[in-house]
Amino acid sequence: MERGAKEKNHQLYKPYTNGIIAKDPTSLEEEIKEIRRSGSSKALDNTPEFELSDIFYFCRKGMETIMDDEVTKRFSAEELESWNLLSRTNYNFQYISLRLTVLWGLGVLIRYCFLLPLRIALAFTGISLLVVGTTVVGYLPNGRFKEFMSKHVHLMCYRICVRALTAIITYHDRENRPRNGGICVANHTSPIDVIILASDGYYAMVGQVHGGLMGVIQRAMVKACPHVWFERSEVKDRHLVAKRLTEHVQDKSKLPILIFPEGTCINNTSVMMFKKGSFEIGATVYPVAIKYDPQFGDAFWNSSKYGMVTYLLRMMTSWAIVCSVWYLPPMTREADEDAVQFANRVKSAIARQGGLVDLLWDGGLKREKVKDTFKEEQQKLYSKMIVGNHEDRSRS
Amino acid sequence: MGSRSSHAAVIPDVDSIRRETGFSQASLVRLHHRFQALDRNKKGYLSRMDLQQIGALAVNPLGDRIIESFFPNGSQRVDFPGFVRVLAHFRPVEDEDTDQDPKKPEPLNSRRNKLHYAFQLYDLDRDGKISRHEMLQVLRLMVGVQVTEEQLENIADRTVQEADEDGDGAVSFLEFTKSLEKMDVEQKMSIRILK
Repeated sequence: MERGAKEKNHQLYKPYTNGIIAKDPTSLEEEIKEIRRSGSSKALDNTPEFELSDIFYFCRKGMETIMDDEVTKRFSAEELESWNLLSRTNYNFQYISLRLTVLWGLGVLIRYCFLLPLRIALAFTGISLLVVGTTVVGYLPNGRFKEFMSKHVHLMCYRICVRALTAIITYHDRENRPRNGGICVANHTSPIDVIILASDGYYAMVGQVHGGLMGVIQRAMVKACPHVWFERSEVKDRHLVAKRLTEHVQDKSKLPILIFPEGTCINNTSVMMFKKGSFEIGATVYPVAIKYDPQFGDAFWNSSKYGMVTYLLRMMTSWAIVCSVWYLPPMTREADEDAVQFANRVKSAIARQGGLVDLLWDGGLKREKVKDTFKEEQQKLYSKMIVGNHEDRSRS
Repeated sequence: MGSRSSHAAVIPDVDSIRRETGFSQASLVRLHHRFQALDRNKKGYLSRMDLQQIGALAVNPLGDRIIESFFPNGSQRVDFPGFVRVLAHFRPVEDEDTDQDPKKPEPLNSRRNKLHYAFQLYDLDRDGKISRHEMLQVLRLMVGVQVTEEQLENIADRTVQEADEDGDGAVSFLEFTKSLEKMDVEQKMSIRILK
């Protein structure tokens, strides 16, 4: 099974394109002119300023978004072309023959009774080793030996965790791996992204302080090497966050920081807006593209549907997690671009490499409504059409 | 036991919806899927907020008017049949629709019903007429703060005057239809669902 998966990795994963409606990509102006032209027989040397029919454009565009929009579908798991014998991915495959049901039953048996206990045992081992190992290393005096041990403890434990999930990862272009004093930026699909990247490189993590098991792990890790953990209250303070990150990168001996600028988990069919904070710091950015193959197990974490434990159990009862990681060449901010443009440039590079759709929408739309500023742009475009002509009229 | 029946069976009253809206079974299945995706809390119906969450709709200047059209008569919820009933207005006109039995009710996607849908977007108080005031308000939605009150009033006045035939200062549905009689409404107000 592993070898089969490795061979599949060499081609780019085919995304299941599923737009529900036929759309023509025309601009606001073109379409409204088209509508007006079809509506009146008079010659249009002086284009009228407003027509009752203009409403048709907005009406239809609005209805199209109700039927299908680019964003809503990014927050639920990707649909598959052919079923992979996991009942959780069974959306549209209605006809299930007897033979398929038997196969599925067999699959359930294998996954839950054989693979799951194995994986849980491995996960246990991995996490306890991480906690114990980093605490022990923490007692060592600061110096090269401590760094050496810390690096290897981290790497070893992450690799055990990777095995616990049966993650089959193909790394491409490893010569571009992030170096000290840089920021590693990747698209975010699930918390497993961290394990995948950290098992191949030694990073400083950035994140919120959690309670419970996560908290224990975090406290242990920070003893061995400096990670950047923020209190809940500090996260809101953008300047504080930027300051601590800047301090970290400026110290060249410190490890590269791992950041997911989307800020939330997306379902791995697209890349959404990158928050500009990490791009303002001025360090070298090492982009990384992660693409999962959904055929063996869907890695997307739908945090509104599943909690962390449920999610991990689902991961451990899939066939495998197969993914590709591409290390892209480092990028720095050019003199004439601002943080947002730089962020978009990096985002496009990642989207292109991973075969993902590059969207301008904010991942925060998962939870909040869109800002009004975008509506103003549409209004501006339309106003120009009707008022621009009004000025000619008033003169005649 | 056909290949699709198990999924279509999930939709309540699927046959009566099919008759009423004219959508094919496959289209209804896809739309039901979409309905469920929009219904984030799995309530079984959609509220205004569920529709407002669609980013691309919220940036549409007439987004709120379109959302309103799903909630006629002051209701706060729209179930799947209600949802599809509105969407049915945008079904493309096919040949089989044109030679209809005159005794059967007019299909939702007829030219007249499409025009009526657009008319409703203008007619804020649903009294069957678009007054100058309503015209002004809808125009204001479409242009935001980009146009002065005076310019907008001129535009509204001119538009109402041009369409108004019986001189009552408002545009009735008949006058609306007449002023758009040359418009290819069927094509402009149609959305094709892919198979």
